[in-house]
Amino acid sequence: MDGVAESQRTLYPYVTGSSVVAIKYKDGILMAADMGGSYGSTLRYKSVERIKPVGKHSLLGASGEISDFQEILRYLDELILYDNMWDDGNSLGPKEVHNYLTRVMYNRRNKFNPLWNALVLGGVKNGQKYLGMVNMIGINFEDNHVATGLGNHLARPILRDEWHENLTFEEGVKLLEKCMRVLLYRDRSAVNKIQISKITDEGVTVFPPFSLKTYWEFSAFKNPTVGAEGSW
Amino acid sequence: MTKQHANWSPYDNNGGSCVAIAGADYCVIAADTRMSTGYNILTRDYSKISQLADKSVMASSGFQADVKALQKVLSARHLIYQHQHNKQMSCPAMAQLLSNTLYYKRFFPYYAFNVLGGLDSEGKGCVFTYDAVGSYERVGYSSQGSGSTLIMPFLDNQLKSPSPLLLPAKDAVTPLSEAEAVDLVKTVFASATERDIYTGDKVEIVILNASGIRREYMDLRKD
Repeated sequence: MDGVAESQRTLYPYVTGSSVVAIKYKDGILMAADMGGSYGSTLRYKSVERIKPVGKHSLLGASGEISDFQEILRYLDELILYDNMWDDGNSLGPKEVHNYLTRVMYNRRNKFNPLWNALVLGGVKNGQKYLGMVNMIGINFEDNHVATGLGNHLARPILRDEWHENLTFEEGVKLLEKCMRVLLYRDRSAVNKIQISKITDEGVTVFPPFSLKTYWEFSAFKNPTVGAEGSW
Repeated sequence: MTKQHANWSPYDNNGGSCVAIAGADYCVIAADTRMSTGYNILTRDYSKISQLADKSVMASSGFQADVKALQKVLSARHLIYQHQHNKQMSCPAMAQLLSNTLYYKRFFPYYAFNVLGGLDSEGKGCVFTYDAVGSYERVGYSSQGSGSTLIMPFLDNQLKSPSPLLLPAKDAVTPLSEAEAVDLVKTVFASATERDIYTGDKVEIVILNASGIRREYMDLRKD
């Protein structure tokens, strides 16, 4: 029986993180994600850090299976370690890390045992900003703003409208908060504990978690079926 | 216990159209720059064109991760060829390599729909068109991808290719000038953008001729 072989392969995710949203701004990259880890429809973990620094020049944000994200962090640890051991003054930039991740994700997909994640990789090296995304089947691209999961549906349209070159830090944070607020209202698996991280040529800053102010007194929220045909 | 079936697919279609037209002494290769998944646009600025050798340029649409992997494999093989033969691969040679590479994965294919364009050893334009598993043919012009059903009949109408059954064999290469061919490509993409939801944003046009390689861009509708 194939029973043993099947149980070695990823079939579906168990503990998942919801969207990650990231933008390029004047000095570097800003990335935001909530701190929830859902176990199906249960909000099991509420302090999951889904954005982590990688080496000196990159930030990695992940949505999807949390254990696979932790596995990826272990791979990257080893990658950065070997890079440091060369001790040659060179260090892997965000483009290189993104390429490495893309190859890892694609190769796992080829073996029908994917790492069930959508990853956002952003960073700055020598003044050059880089922001890219790669998902569980290896699709990857770079752009001025990226998002995973429901963020593609809800956040990207806002970013397409309001993103522009040379956003200041304050403008960037405000824009990300706007996206995260929409996700909070409309994504079932979102949780109101947001972490924003920034990376510039000077380094990484992970800001302490905070909550977004929400307003639930909209008449449409209070009486959602008013005016809808056939409802009560 | 019945065998568990995967609830994820290793493939996706990221859409887009590719076109290539061969001329007497030039070749035009073009593709749009939209990358989609389902009904979403992932990015509006993604190049589907890859220069494999001095005189070979490939445009591929389909599943982007497979396209990327295919481009990497061919680039690597070309580098090895250069090390071993101290020269660039000719376009017909690259065409055969692409076909073999695709067929190598006959039972887990690269979901990539390719057109290869370039100049042959005599400096004449050549275009090769492929399916996902490596079946290929040298033609005077071709299109692949989501908009190909809209584009191909139009190219047939405009470029009046002689039948491959004719004897003696007639050249399929178009008598159009380079400027006219580029103009035709722009027209073709503007039209495909109207009706194909996966084609749009921008078209990237690469022109290969005796003096080298040139790139042009044209904005397309973004809806």
